[in-house]
Amino acid sequence: MSSGLEARFAAGLREFELELELAVEPGTCLALVGPSGAGKSTVLRVIAGLHRPDSGSVALGERPWLDRERGVDLPPERRDCGYLFQDYALFPHLSAWRNVAFGLKEVPRRERRERATAVLSRFGAGELADAPPRELSGGERQRVALARALARDPALLMLDEPLSALDSTTAAAAGRELATTLAAAEGPAILVTHDFADAALLADRIAVIDRGRVIQSGSAAELSAQPGSAFVADFTGAAVLFGTARATASGTTVVALDGGGEVRSSDPAEGKVGVAVYPWEITLEPPGTEAHGSALNRIEARVTSVTEVGSRARIGLLAGQPLVAEITGESLARLGLAPGVGVVTTWKATATRLVAR
Amino acid sequence: MNRRGPFAVLLVAALAVTLAFLILPIVAIFADTPPGDLIDSLGSDASRDALWLSLKTTLAALIVIVVVGTPAAYLLATREFRGKSLVVTAIELPLVLPPAVAGIGLLAAFGPKGIFGSALADAGIELVLETAGVIVALTFVAAPFYLRQAQAAFAAVDPDLLAAARTLGAGEPRAFWRVAIPCAGAGISTGMALAWGRALGEFGATLMFAGSFQGITQTAPLAIFASFSTDFPAALALSAVLVAVSAALLLAVKLLGRSPLLGGVQA
Repeated sequence: MSSGLEARFAAGLREFELELELAVEPGTCLALVGPSGAGKSTVLRVIAGLHRPDSGSVALGERPWLDRERGVDLPPERRDCGYLFQDYALFPHLSAWRNVAFGLKEVPRRERRERATAVLSRFGAGELADAPPRELSGGERQRVALARALARDPALLMLDEPLSALDSTTAAAAGRELATTLAAAEGPAILVTHDFADAALLADRIAVIDRGRVIQSGSAAELSAQPGSAFVADFTGAAVLFGTARATASGTTVVALDGGGEVRSSDPAEGKVGVAVYPWEITLEPPGTEAHGSALNRIEARVTSVTEVGSRARIGLLAGQPLVAEITGESLARLGLAPGVGVVTTWKATATRLVAR
Repeated sequence: MNRRGPFAVLLVAALAVTLAFLILPIVAIFADTPPGDLIDSLGSDASRDALWLSLKTTLAALIVIVVVGTPAAYLLATREFRGKSLVVTAIELPLVLPPAVAGIGLLAAFGPKGIFGSALADAGIELVLETAGVIVALTFVAAPFYLRQAQAAFAAVDPDLLAAARTLGAGEPRAFWRVAIPCAGAGISTGMALAWGRALGEFGATLMFAGSFQGITQTAPLAIFASFSTDFPAALALSAVLVAVSAALLLAVKLLGRSPLLGGVQA
């Protein structure tokens, strides 16, 4: 039986007050995204018991971990959470399997090595069991750290910038593995990242944090299509579509989108991908217009929402999958866009980034 | 390093002068007397007593320093509290104290007429002119060397490592033993060697507080001082032993610092 996480607390940080309330259902992942220094990591530290807030409570299902009013404050070792630290925090003096075995205190000493190696193997790192952390690559460290965090079957999984320490090629592969791990997790999970695209790929819900407060939360598509403020609009950046890529003879990659339709990209890729395109790269045309420019990608869509942010307008679209375009207020008036109206979206293949999934 | 300008020559010259000046007195200890004579001079009772006493008292002081100093250094490295810098300064004070002042201070605190003198006497503890007094003096002067090193070593341990240990089910004591100490191992062993070296060479505070009685309070440095006007070869021989021990200690520090077993990891 897995239980959900509920937390609400306030903690004074150096420059601002961290104040938020969050709930994560079992089997789902919440991403906390925001700029560096927004207080994201502190949220994880409060939940793990590594930082004591001024007031508030943290509970996993029926079990209170923290309740300042009732004087409950379990130390970190008695809160059941797997924590993946930003730089993985592998113990430098212990081999990979001993790192994993560190958390297996309840397992009889003779069986620890076997158990630790088995968990490492589950993350494709079984052959690294005897290696000291300094001999591991970034991707290998992440696998060992993930194995260590999950070896205890924690009731809650927390990941602090899991991909930011990796180079882009490794990050793509590690991101795929992480998505698999998160999908299999029965308990709630929280992911901290400064990269909206990572959050969109890995999490079910996203909370945008700035200066200690959640300023908006929702699915990636919702945030992207209906940003509550210019900050969220800028931060959400690319909209992400999902599909399957195949290379063509001409060198462009064709992606068959999951909801139907095809787009082309100049990025090389193969297999399951996320297609990232920035809202300001998308041009909207009235339906029925013929292709006339250099933009290779043309998809028919229906307007689902119109959100004006200053002089710009975010247009939420449904093109099989949710998509977002950003246009000026002037264009909005000229095209007469409103929910329900059909449009043709076009953008260039060179403005289409492919991220492995 | 390809082009050798006048500046590079200056640097090399400065190093050569420094090295010559620092090495010369040490070489002279061995050069003055044939090795055979040195070994013979160690045969005297006074020399052997002094060396044996130095070994015992420095080890005892080192044990006290490490047992009490390690948790104290850990606290200073991992907690913030009001007046912390004051505490750190107080701990470092003996580093800059003239040995004679340290001796007077110890007498004023623990001597027969000192603040705790009567309390100690009531408890049946004699320090002045006793071996225990030597250990007290050595601990006083050597502890700051260890504390400083250990504190710096603990402070250099990535706090996320300790946090990771906690989230993996380890209480603070286990995180301290299994993570903090191994990760700070290189710095801790350096601190031990420095404190031991300082204790081995201690002279002034011991002389004033504990006196210089053969077999009881006369450590090797005191014995060297006692014999250098009457029996120079014996003084020289003891000095040679101290040089050898100190050099071995220094070498051990460097080697231990590199050993991955003791956390000598430059990640």
